[in-house]
Amino acid sequence: MQKTPLDALHRRLGARMVEFAGYEMPLQYQGIIAEHQACRTGAALFDVSHMGQVEIADVAGFERLVPGDISGLKPGRQRYSLLLNEAGGIIDDLMVANLGPRLQAVLNAGRKLVDVAHMRVQGLEVTTRFDRALIAIQGPKAVDIVPEAASLKFMDAATLDVAGIPCIVTRSGYTGEDGFEIGCPGDAGEALAEALLARGAVPAGLGARDSLRLEAGLCLYGNDIGEETSPVAAQLNFALSKKRLAAGDFIGAAIVNRQLKDGTAKLLVGIRLDGRAPARAGAIIQAKGERVGVVTSGCFAPTLEAPIALGYVDAAFARPGTKLDLIVRDKPLAGIVAALPFVPHNYVR
Amino acid sequence: MAQVFFSKDHEWISLGDDGLAIVGITDHAQNALGDIVFVELPEPGRNVATGEACAVVESVKAASDIYAPLSGTVAEVNQAIVDEPGLVNSGAEGNGWFFKLRLEDVAAVSSLMDRAAYDEYLSTLA
Repeated sequence: MQKTPLDALHRRLGARMVEFAGYEMPLQYQGIIAEHQACRTGAALFDVSHMGQVEIADVAGFERLVPGDISGLKPGRQRYSLLLNEAGGIIDDLMVANLGPRLQAVLNAGRKLVDVAHMRVQGLEVTTRFDRALIAIQGPKAVDIVPEAASLKFMDAATLDVAGIPCIVTRSGYTGEDGFEIGCPGDAGEALAEALLARGAVPAGLGARDSLRLEAGLCLYGNDIGEETSPVAAQLNFALSKKRLAAGDFIGAAIVNRQLKDGTAKLLVGIRLDGRAPARAGAIIQAKGERVGVVTSGCFAPTLEAPIALGYVDAAFARPGTKLDLIVRDKPLAGIVAALPFVPHNYVR
Repeated sequence: MAQVFFSKDHEWISLGDDGLAIVGITDHAQNALGDIVFVELPEPGRNVATGEACAVVESVKAASDIYAPLSGTVAEVNQAIVDEPGLVNSGAEGNGWFFKLRLEDVAAVSSLMDRAAYDEYLSTLA
């Protein structure tokens, strides 16, 4: 099992550690709900060093693997994008930043080796920086914790010093809140985290990270998206560049274009449930007693004090307001298709 | 003073003078589960067997079954933890109790652990 550069810090802070994507990671410190609340009202610190930081010099070569406009990404800007396979399935979702001389991509921990192998098979030169630390500061008070990066707007990227440590900083995250993701050399990670905690950030674990992203309506790779799901079915059309679709010059373009024209059998939707019992991944979704889908993520939403879920349903049942039943312990729980995000985003644009 | 016994599934059972036994989960169990957000209790009158799943607790992340530590009939449930599941975290071995059982065989408590034995058991899990 691998450890991140912040491992000793997690243990000093009393984290409950769990295995995730081959890493020992903090699930929680004081408790998921308290950490969730800290992020929604203050500033939370997440260790996301298990994610894969890579550098790519060949913009045109990378662009062929994703449906986003990467050549049009200005220096100092970042974009959400997708590595697609020939069938239009999602190999991974990622953030890619134009740092001027090169691109930096941040890959999911459980997919980074697959991604790099894919990119290399496709003839792309990739430099892995898997030994680096990556720390997310998320919440409405994030800018008080990282004043060095106050001039950045949402989805800006810059190389700058934080607490005297040279970092790559983006104004982005996975919680729906304002915030920053800060990469630095691995051996400086603990000092950076200590400095940010001393400025008032509250340590938060993977438990809160999951409930925060679900409230924000953000997909989790492996749950809500994967090699068998397309960006169209996952309702990720914002990541599909009109220019790139028209050119049709990326892997999977033909199928993605066809799905945009004809639609897909299933669509990913948000569901709010009555009562307090959550429906978890795998729960069957029914409409009028017939199976119409399956839950891919579900939790009790601390901000809403209500259960929420993401799941794929037959396209006819995807409209907000559609009534559905989610089967939990053999009993139907009433739910309704809800517009995403469940909790409004709070980005600084 | 009621006698309290413990199961390996981290339930406690307290024998009262009224012939009823109060059942809950231990402080160790609530801590391991984390923030509890939903509790489902058995219907009063239900007969449960030792080790039978008869209640559910859900934390933010996961669902867990709660097992009957001994056989008996559910006589009463604690509606307060349904209305306010956080009571299980704040008072697992007190007002966060789950249900009362009329035991089929009171002598069966000898199959459970006392506090000292349970503490010893916990130390083997670490």
